[in-house]
Amino acid sequence: MTTAIAPDMSAVPLRYSAPIGGVAGTSFKPEHLQAILGAERQRGFFEVHAENYMGAGGPPHRALEAIRRDHPLSLHGVCMSIGGPQPLDKAHLARFRGLVARYQPALVSEHLAWSTHETSFFNDLLPLPYTAATLRNVCDHIDQVQDAIRRPLLLENPSTYVAFRESSMSETDFIRAVAERTGCGLLLDVNNVFVSATNHGFSALDYLADFPLSFVGEIHLAGHAGQADDEGDLLLIDSHDGPVADAVWKLYEIVVRRRGAVPTLIEWDSNIPDWPILRAEAAAAQAILDRCNQPAPTGDRHAA
Amino acid sequence: MPPEQDLSFAATFAPALLDPARGVPAAVTGPNGKAGGKRYDVYRNNVTVSLIDAVAAIYPAVQRITGPDFFRAMARFHVRQTPPTSPLLFDYGRDFPAFIEAYEHAQTMPWLADVARIERAWLDAYHARDAAPLAPAQLSAVAPDRLADLVLAPHPAAHIVRSRFSAVTIFAANRDTAPFEHIDASTPEDALITRAEFDVTVRHLPPGGAVFATGLMSGQPLGEAAVSALEASPGFDIASNIAGLIEAGAFSSIASGDPR
Repeated sequence: MTTAIAPDMSAVPLRYSAPIGGVAGTSFKPEHLQAILGAERQRGFFEVHAENYMGAGGPPHRALEAIRRDHPLSLHGVCMSIGGPQPLDKAHLARFRGLVARYQPALVSEHLAWSTHETSFFNDLLPLPYTAATLRNVCDHIDQVQDAIRRPLLLENPSTYVAFRESSMSETDFIRAVAERTGCGLLLDVNNVFVSATNHGFSALDYLADFPLSFVGEIHLAGHAGQADDEGDLLLIDSHDGPVADAVWKLYEIVVRRRGAVPTLIEWDSNIPDWPILRAEAAAAQAILDRCNQPAPTGDRHAA
Repeated sequence: MPPEQDLSFAATFAPALLDPARGVPAAVTGPNGKAGGKRYDVYRNNVTVSLIDAVAAIYPAVQRITGPDFFRAMARFHVRQTPPTSPLLFDYGRDFPAFIEAYEHAQTMPWLADVARIERAWLDAYHARDAAPLAPAQLSAVAPDRLADLVLAPHPAAHIVRSRFSAVTIFAANRDTAPFEHIDASTPEDALITRAEFDVTVRHLPPGGAVFATGLMSGQPLGEAAVSALEASPGFDIASNIAGLIEAGAFSSIASGDPR
């Protein structure tokens, strides 16, 4: 009698993957699997939503194993509810840790948001006020995640549509304090900055000037859509359903010049295009990364 | 509560997300005195639409049968009444077949809930733990006089759905984009849903097969399960049924009763 021996994830050592440097990647969508495997190995990385790979077995794991064999992976959690007042879901944290151990991703990230309250899971990235109380709560939660996965987490800045009257600090001050207190890194979503700046009437450049760029370990770029607020003014929706907007590309280039080249993801989650279109978006990001990463101009070169 | 401990924002923000009768939470606002109404509605819309999409992803054949407008209206009632309790959306919708059964506007389609049950089992099989199915040679190595006592361990992906209607045929005709044809819905059909390796398969079980398979999968010895199946269906053929179940990958191993 033979029984397949399932790997005991708690016994798998967790360790850092090698840094992947200034490369561009894309969301991995299962409909692109054959096109990706059929092409030459990509230079960049692939990012997946952790929750989609929390089933026990089956085709999702086969696909992710095939992708991971040749490419660095970014594991992006969507549902940890780090910003929520409730204790973290221990079972969910254990599943997240198990995925980190199994796939050894180069990048691991989550959101400054919440999605569960009491027993209901809302499947959206919901906003939180920025106060001393929420700061302590978020830091406690990030400590728990980092203890579990034994490596720094990258925390993503949100896109928001409302503000809370009780907020007593700016989002950038809040995020800086989280990074300084917990040692986490940051995932700077430039599209989120642009969306929130439009929705809340502030300058995206001012936000980026205040953002603690030295903590940034990954950048996200995505498309957005527009509708109207109560006053008939433009309200941008973080829809991830189209190409990156020109204004977001410009902000991105400013960030990369200031921060240097960091792994950059093209996020595309609905109205998913054919693989060559998504790959071309990543190539556009790669061109900016490479341009900003060039060695000093020839005039500075010393004679041998 | 002192402000340095106040985490009441979620309790204020959450209740109106799935309840259109509730107003916009007073805690939220737009910038510079702008209203929060349409802004908060973005979250209501994101939550409701994404959960309806999640139900639609689990039940594509049901949606094809009803059409998207009917389906989304039905699913909207369901997600408001029964929001998910887990962040794993592939686990969502377990109560949806029973909801369909009771849904006023679906009463003309009494077989629809069973089609949904097959689809729910299909997704469970898709995500089930991987395991090698029991090889036919393992069974043929058992001495004939020991067969009746044999207990088989069900494969993690194996599920049975029984229907008083032609649910398997209706399911199969609506999981792809093949043209519609007339189906007589009144023939009872039982389904075996399995995934031996990569692909989920849905098989129509012969008469007595569901009683037999359900008995075996719940740990009944082979002989007992066969007696139950014969009682339910006098024409039950044990040899072809056991061969069919093993070929489908319904079991992962011999659990006990093997004298070797």
